[in-house]
Amino acid sequence: MVSVRSELKAMSHSPNKKVISQSVREQIKANRSNSFKIGRVTEWVVPKLLLVCASLSILVTFGIIYTLLKETVTFFGQVSIIEFVTGTQWTPLFQPQRFGVLPLVAGSVLVALIASIVAIPIGLASAIFLSEYAPDRVRRVIKPILEVLAGVPTIVYGFFALSFVTPLLRVFIPDLGLFNALSAGIVVGIMIIPMVASLSEDAMTAVPRSIREGAYALGATRLEVALKVVVPAAFSGIIASFVLAISRAIGETMIVTIAAGAMPNFTFNPVEPVQTLTAYIVQVSLGDTPFGSIEYYTIYAVGMTLFVLTFVMNMIASWLSRRFKEDY
Amino acid sequence: MSLPREQLKRTLSGRKRFDRLSYLVFLSSTSVGIVVLCTLLIDVLINGIGWLNWDFLTNYPSRRPANAGIKSAFFGTIWMITLTAPIAFVLGVGTAIYLEEYAKKNWFTRFIQVNISNLAGVPSIVFGILGLTLFVRGMGLGRSILAGAFTMALLILPIIVVASQEALKSIPQELRHASYALGGTKWQTIRRIVLPAALPGILTGNILALSRAIGETAPLIMIGALTFVAFTPSSPLDQFTVMPIQIFNWISRPQEDFQYVAAAGIIVLLAMLLTMNALAIYLRNKFQHKF
Repeated sequence: MVSVRSELKAMSHSPNKKVISQSVREQIKANRSNSFKIGRVTEWVVPKLLLVCASLSILVTFGIIYTLLKETVTFFGQVSIIEFVTGTQWTPLFQPQRFGVLPLVAGSVLVALIASIVAIPIGLASAIFLSEYAPDRVRRVIKPILEVLAGVPTIVYGFFALSFVTPLLRVFIPDLGLFNALSAGIVVGIMIIPMVASLSEDAMTAVPRSIREGAYALGATRLEVALKVVVPAAFSGIIASFVLAISRAIGETMIVTIAAGAMPNFTFNPVEPVQTLTAYIVQVSLGDTPFGSIEYYTIYAVGMTLFVLTFVMNMIASWLSRRFKEDY
Repeated sequence: MSLPREQLKRTLSGRKRFDRLSYLVFLSSTSVGIVVLCTLLIDVLINGIGWLNWDFLTNYPSRRPANAGIKSAFFGTIWMITLTAPIAFVLGVGTAIYLEEYAKKNWFTRFIQVNISNLAGVPSIVFGILGLTLFVRGMGLGRSILAGAFTMALLILPIIVVASQEALKSIPQELRHASYALGGTKWQTIRRIVLPAALPGILTGNILALSRAIGETAPLIMIGALTFVAFTPSSPLDQFTVMPIQIFNWISRPQEDFQYVAAAGIIVLLAMLLTMNALAIYLRNKFQHKF
C-alpha cells in the first residue's frame, strides 16, 4: 500500500489527482468515516420516528374512547342510565327534557333497514355479475363507475334525496312529507351499493377456480355455479360485507340530516320523519348550545352509543371475513 | 334408456333458460348503480347549470339567492386541503413504512393493524366530536382552519395508511436485496429505492383520500366551521367555511331559489372531485410498472 501511495504521490501533477490518489477501497473508507456517524444516527432515529407515527393511530383511538367516555360519565351523573337506555322520548332541547335514546336508535335502525333492503340485493347481484358473468373488458368499465358512485360526497346524495327521490316517491305515495325515513333510507342504500358489491366480489373472486370447474364438469349451468357453489363458499365474506355496509349506513350523517327530518320519532313507519343518532349530533352542534350544559353533554352520550353500535358491527364483520379467509 | 335422456333434455333446456334469464337480472341490477349515477348528475346539472356563472364563483355568500356565491367556501376548501395534505401524508406514509419495512410480526404490530382497520369504520361524525373536544377546546385552537385540518387528517389517516401499505407491498423483495448487496443500509434502501418505486401508488392513495376529505361535511360542522363567511381566510387560525358546508347551508334554506344555488355549488364541488380522481387515475396509469 505504502509503495502504491508514494507512486501516486509522484503523479500528483496529474489533473485528476484526487481520483487517482485513492484506491476504490480507500474512497469507500473515506466516505464511510465521513458519513458514518450521521448514517448511524439516521439508521437509529428513523425507525423510532416512524414508530411514533404508527403509534399515533392508537392514540387517536384512545383519544376517541377517552373523550367520549369522560363526558358520557358526566352526562350519566345527571341523567339516569336506565332512562337513557329504555326511555322512548327524546326531547333534550325542549321542556320538559326527556333523555330516552330509543327514538334515535329506532330512527337509525329504520334508515339502515331500508338502506339494506335496497343495497343488499342490488349489491350482491352486481357482485355475482362482476365475478361470474362479466368478461374482463366489461368489468374494467363497470368497476370504476361503481367507485365513482362511492366517491360522491354525502351532501350531494342528500340534495339528490330532497330534489329527486322524494318528489318521485310522492307520485306513488301522495301524502308523503318532504322529510321522511323512506327517501333517506333509499338514498343511503344507493350510497352503500358499491361497498356491498366490491367487498362481496372480493370474497367471491377468492373462491378457487377448481371448485367452479368441478361444478361445471358435473353439468351445472353458470347460475347454478354462482348460487349453489360460489355464494355458499364465500358466504362469511359476503355476510361480512353486509354487516360492514349496514354499519356504514348507521354512521352516515349528511343524507339523514338533510332528508330524514329532525323528529325523534319512536316509530318504524317509513313514511314518517325520523331523527337518527348522527343527525341529532349535527342538530345540536349547529345550534348555540352552551358549553357544559346538559344538552351539550348529550352529544357525547349519543356519540358513545353510535360508536359502540358501529364498533361492535365492525368487529363482527372482521371476525366473519377472517373466518372466511381461513377456509382456503 | 331413452326416457331419462328425454327428461334430462327437458330439464336442461329449462335450466338453460333460467341461466339466460339470470344473466339479464344480474346485468340490470348492476346497471342500477350506473343509472342512478347518471340520474344524479343530470338532476344536479338541470338544477344548477343556470345559476353557475362567473359571479357565482367570485361572490361571497348572500341572503339573496341571486347574489350568492361560493368564493369564501372555495378558498376555505383550498386552505383546509393544503394544511390537511402534509399532515396526513407524513403520518400516514410514516405509519405504512413502519408497518411494512420495520415492524416485526408481534402482538403490537397486529394491534396497530387491527386498530387502523377499526378507525376506518368509525363514523366521521365521531371524528368531529374528537376534533371538537381535542383541538377546538383542548388545544385551544378555536374554530380555526388548523383545527379542521387536524380533524380531517385523522379522518383520512386509515385510508392513506392502507393505500400506502399496498403500494409498498407491491415492490418486489429483489429490489431491496439488490440495494443491500451494494452496501445500502436499511434506510438508504427505503429512501432511495423503495419509496421512489412506490411513490405513484402512494400518491394515488393520498389524492383519493384528500378527495374524500373535500366531500366530508359532518366533522367540520362539529368543529364549528361557519356557514356564513364573507371573507377569505388569511391565516391557519382564521375561521372558515368549506364547500360542502356552504352547500348544506343553501339546501337547508326554505326559499326555493337557494336549491338552485346549492345545485350550482354541487357542480363546482363535483368538478373539483372529478379533476382529482382523474389525476389519481392518470398517475396510476402513467407510473404503473410491472416488476
